[in-house]
Order: sequence, then C-alpha cells, then structure tokens
Amino acid sequence: MAEAKPKPKLNKKAVEMAKQEPKVRAKNFSEVALGYNEAEALEEASRCLQCPKPMCMTGCPVEVPIPEFIKLLKEKKYSEAIAMIKSKNALPAVCGRVCPQEVQCQAKCIIGKMGDPLSIGRLERFLADWERDNGYALPQKAVPTGKKVAIIGAGPAGLTAAADLVKLGHEITMFEALHVGGGVLSYGIPEFRLPKAIVQNEVAYIQKLGVDLRLGNLVGRIHTIPELMKNGYEAVFIGSGAGLPQFTGCPGENLGGIYSANEFLIRVNLMKAFQFPDYDTPIRIGKHVVVIGGGNVAMDCARSSMRLGAEACLLYRRSRAELPARHEEVENAEEEGLVCKFLGAPIEFYGDESGWVKGMKCIAMELTEPDAKGRRGVKEVQGSEFTMDVDTVIIAIGQTPNPIIQRTTDGLQSDARHGTICVNEVGKTSLDGVYAGGDVATGAATVISAMGAGKRAAKAMHEYLTNKK
Amino acid sequence: MKGTVSFAFHEVGKTTKALGLLNQGECIDNVTGPLGNPSEVKNFGKVLCVGGSVMIAPMLLQVKAMKEAGNDVTTILGARTKEFIMMEKEAKTISDKVYIATDDGTKGYKGLDFLKDLLKKEKFDRCVVMGPVILMKDVSEITKPYCIPTIIATTPIMIDGMGMCGVCRVSVDGKMQFGCVDGPEFDGHKVDFDGLILRQRTMLPEERLSSVLWEISGGCKCGRSKA
Repeated sequence: MAEAKPKPKLNKKAVEMAKQEPKVRAKNFSEVALGYNEAEALEEASRCLQCPKPMCMTGCPVEVPIPEFIKLLKEKKYSEAIAMIKSKNALPAVCGRVCPQEVQCQAKCIIGKMGDPLSIGRLERFLADWERDNGYALPQKAVPTGKKVAIIGAGPAGLTAAADLVKLGHEITMFEALHVGGGVLSYGIPEFRLPKAIVQNEVAYIQKLGVDLRLGNLVGRIHTIPELMKNGYEAVFIGSGAGLPQFTGCPGENLGGIYSANEFLIRVNLMKAFQFPDYDTPIRIGKHVVVIGGGNVAMDCARSSMRLGAEACLLYRRSRAELPARHEEVENAEEEGLVCKFLGAPIEFYGDESGWVKGMKCIAMELTEPDAKGRRGVKEVQGSEFTMDVDTVIIAIGQTPNPIIQRTTDGLQSDARHGTICVNEVGKTSLDGVYAGGDVATGAATVISAMGAGKRAAKAMHEYLTNKK
Repeated sequence: MKGTVSFAFHEVGKTTKALGLLNQGECIDNVTGPLGNPSEVKNFGKVLCVGGSVMIAPMLLQVKAMKEAGNDVTTILGARTKEFIMMEKEAKTISDKVYIATDDGTKGYKGLDFLKDLLKKEKFDRCVVMGPVILMKDVSEITKPYCIPTIIATTPIMIDGMGMCGVCRVSVDGKMQFGCVDGPEFDGHKVDFDGLILRQRTMLPEERLSSVLWEISGGCKCGRSKA
C-alpha cells in the first residue's frame, strides 16, 4: 500500500512554540508559552499525515476528531476547525494548554516514531485563541426535553458534563461553591500556565450555551442532593473534585509559614495575593521556600514562589526518574531557577518564638525494588538526618476528595480509605439518577481525565433521562 | 426576621471597617453559608453558655435553642471592657440567669474568678463557649476539674471555609482537624489552644499593613472618603 502513494516529505522537527525567556518570566505572572501565530500553526499542521486510521484519537479521553480539525485548519477554515473540536471538547483553550498531550494523543501520533510527533495541543490552542479573538459561534441545541439536571462543581468534569447535557436539550443548573467558576482551573493552576481570563471565557461560553451557573453555592450544606432531587432535579452529576489537602503528619506542621499547596495556590491564584495589598489576601513567603512533593502541583507552587521573589527548592522522596510532574513543567521550573533535591523527606518542622517555621529536619530516602506494578517504594536511610533552613514550606503531597457531599448524602457509597465516591464505568453512583466523575471519583488526576469522565457520565445521564418515563 | 441573615462583626481590620461603611441598599460581592457542622442542641439539663464580645451574638442563638430544648440556661457575657458587652437585654430575656464579666472590671465581675466560685456552688451538665481563643482556653481550663463537657467554637483564619485550604487546621486530641468541615465546634478539653493562638496571628503584620494603607488612601477605592 505504502509504495502506491507518493511518499510525503516529512519534516521531523515540530515547529517550536515561543516562550518568555526564563530570566524574564521567572519574575512575572504572565503566560509562559506564547502560542503559535498563523504561519507557525499552518506549518505545523502541514506535518499531519491525515492517517486513514488515526491513532492520535485513541489517546484522547474526550475523542476529539483530531485529523478532521487539522484538515480544516490546513484549509484555513478556522471557524469550522474550532467547531469540530468543540463538538467533543467544550474547553479547548484549557486543554490546549494543560493537557499532557505527550502521554495522550501525541504519544500515539505515528510521525512520533520518526521524529517529533505532531504538536496537536499547540494547534488546538491556536484555534481556541483564534476563536477568542474572532468571536464565539454557538452550536445547535436539541429541542428542550423539560428535564432538569443539577451539576455540582464548575470544574473540568462539571463544565464538560454541563455542555454535553445542555446541547441535548436538558435544563442545566450548575452549583459552584466558590465565587468564580472553573474549579481547579481557577483556584489551582497558576496564571502563568493558564491565564484566568481564558478560564473565565470558557466558563462564559458554557453559560452562553444556556447553563445556569449559581456561584457561592455549596451543595451538601446549602442544600443536599436529596433536597435537590425533591425540588425537581431528575439527575445529578457530582464533580466536586479533590480539594482536601493532605499533610505529612510530621511534628510542627501547624506552624505559621507551612502552607498546603491548596492554601498557597488559592491565595496566589484565586485571591491574587501576588497583587497584595491591591487585593486583600496576603501571602508571606520569605527567601527560602521548600516545596515538598513532585507532581504538577508542586511545580506550580515552586514556580509561583520564585515569581514572588523567593528561592525555591523541591524536596522529593523518590528520584528524578519517578517525578510525577510533566517533564515539560520540570524543565520550565528548572530553567527558572528551581533546585531539586531528590531522595529526601521531612520528619520534623521547628519554628521561632512567634510560631513561624524556621527549619526542618529531614531524612534521606532510598528506593526499594519495584513492586508488582513496577512502582518503586522508598525507605528511610538510618542515621541520615539532615536539616534545612526555611522561611516557608509548601506541602504538595496530594489532595483527596472533599468529604462534605459524602457526609451529607444518605446512601451514597464512598471509599472510606480514599474518600472517593464509588462509581461504575459510566459514572453511576449507588443512588439512582446520581452520577459522579473526575477527581471526586478517581482521586487527584488530570484535567482531561476529569473531562472524559464528565463526558461519559453525560452520555449515561442522557440515556437515563430519556428512558425514564 | 424571617428571610434575612444578620451579621455581627467588630471593626478591626480593613475588611470589617469597609463592611461597616456600607449603606442600606449596597452589596457585598458574595456570601456563602451556612458552612460547618450544626451545633448539638438537646436537653442536657443545666447548660452554661459563655459568649465573648462579638461572639455574644451567635452565642445567644444557641442560648435560645438550648432553652427551647428544655435546658436550664445560665449565660455569661464577657468582654475586654464594658463597651464590648452587647445584647445584654436579649440575653436576660432568654436565659434563666445572666452574669456579666469584663477583663478590666468596668462592668460586672472583674475577670473569670467568679466562675470558679460559681462552679463550686452549682453543677452544670454542659458548657458552650464562643469568643476569643483566650477566653475559650480560660473557660475550658476552669471547667476541666469539674468534668463539665465543654464545647468551644473555633473561628480560625479560613480562606474558602469548605475544606480546601487547610488554614483553619487545629490540633484536637493530637489529631489534625479542620475548623471549617470538622468543626467549628470541638471539645474544649482537647483543643491545642496555644497552637490555635499562634495560627491566628500568622498574618498580623500583613493585616495591619492592609488596614493602614486603606486608611491612608481615603478608605475605599471608589472615591468615597470616610465620613
């Protein structure tokens, strides 16, 4: 077959995307990656082979029709191209920026076997940004079904489920506990990686589709799920995320200057503490910041600290090879000055007389042989204690689901150990008509996997509502 | 009044001062609540309710509920000095007995020594304290030898108030608890009050800076100057 066609000339190198210089960007909160211009996008898109059996799509949790949108992009039909993406993905400006494409669509891209895979994420971002500059087009909606659905949480899972269900003609009310929509996109991921104006645009798009967004509305406290169902909601989707911070349990952890990653990021991102005192919420950071952990959240904390003027050091208990953060984020952080200390963990924090942390006692760790799943454990190296002087410690060792809904919904089954809500493969919970997805069902994971869960649940909810008399 | 929510606040920093400047018909951007776990109200028998300064307001709600549940309620209103004793009349209307105390003795008893004498004479089945951390600490220490179950209501610094930030963490019986989702009420005999006091103060310099800058700049950003 291959010899029958003329062999396409393949450029093995992907078109680079411009970034702010490390020295410059390490001092500001503006977006690091600047995006493709039109010429760059067209050049990169020209590398797409338009495979008849596209592998890239198998790597996308929300099944974006990748070759189709790239074909339209190549033809400069930008408006059709973005509509093609939006037929499956309601948040392309977000996904184009924060999806780990290197382990999803781009990992499957066939030209990745010969050179750089196609930069699918950057092309998605280009189109989303093009749409933002050129005005949004609204898709066709189905005939109203007259069925009311409640979506709890305006994060990636909830926004996706809401968009899909509203397009199918259902009446959607979205309850968000915070004063802005977006969930982790607003309170967690920093401005320099995902500008908040872009998140608000995506949320506004969902509202334009007809979703009624109610802010400052904590389900479980203000009204419970059984109350919602009594008030006419025929189905409920819980996408309340994994917002409860975990702590190390080491002595001294309640000292001032020890922040959970959530506290730190909420202060800085959501409440704009980097603009204190123009904004009311303060943050105190000092010179030496140690971030404990090794995931994307840890990187976000470290990079935010440096932008606030501190020197950041990452303390991770495994080695570089096991860092769960995206490779690109580690690289960005190190370019900006992050120092990584591997194979170490805190055992005690101590403070000054005012109750502020000033140092921490740590211990060296060593990797153990991989377990059956191939994951390497760690153990302490006896007698290897060392100390570090610190002004601030940020604990970024993970989040678990917020327990409020689980505690206030009778009959809703949840996993006692992980705090997650138990669901089947399409997101159905133990209660009839109640679905859940995203971090609240899986524990902390990625934006796109939450969106995939929102999508699957929306489909199942639509079937449920349609079959219900 | 039905359909309304009342707020009692003490003007201390920028936000509360700005709140105090609001006129009828003006708005605040966002209000969320109620948050946290409801108070345990049932017939305990004889209940001692202690409210300090601005926390007298929520305390009286509980006095009322305790009374309606059939308890005999003794209320103590406390404050640093007499001008911070509020709602005395309401307290007297709904309680079986009311005592007043101030740190400086400008109204009622001076300090909490009278409480020690009271506990020698009367037996209480439950004590609820709402007020500054130091008051809750002192009362808890006084009730402890008498084994009176003592509930305190923490008001630690919070950002979201729904379990996300962990700022409101407090050590109770050696275990980390969140004031917002696990509380706000905890067993006063098990709370690490000293840790709580230190955590309350962590952002004091920034709070002062914010307040001072706000006052220098004329009170608020909309151009209206402080009357």
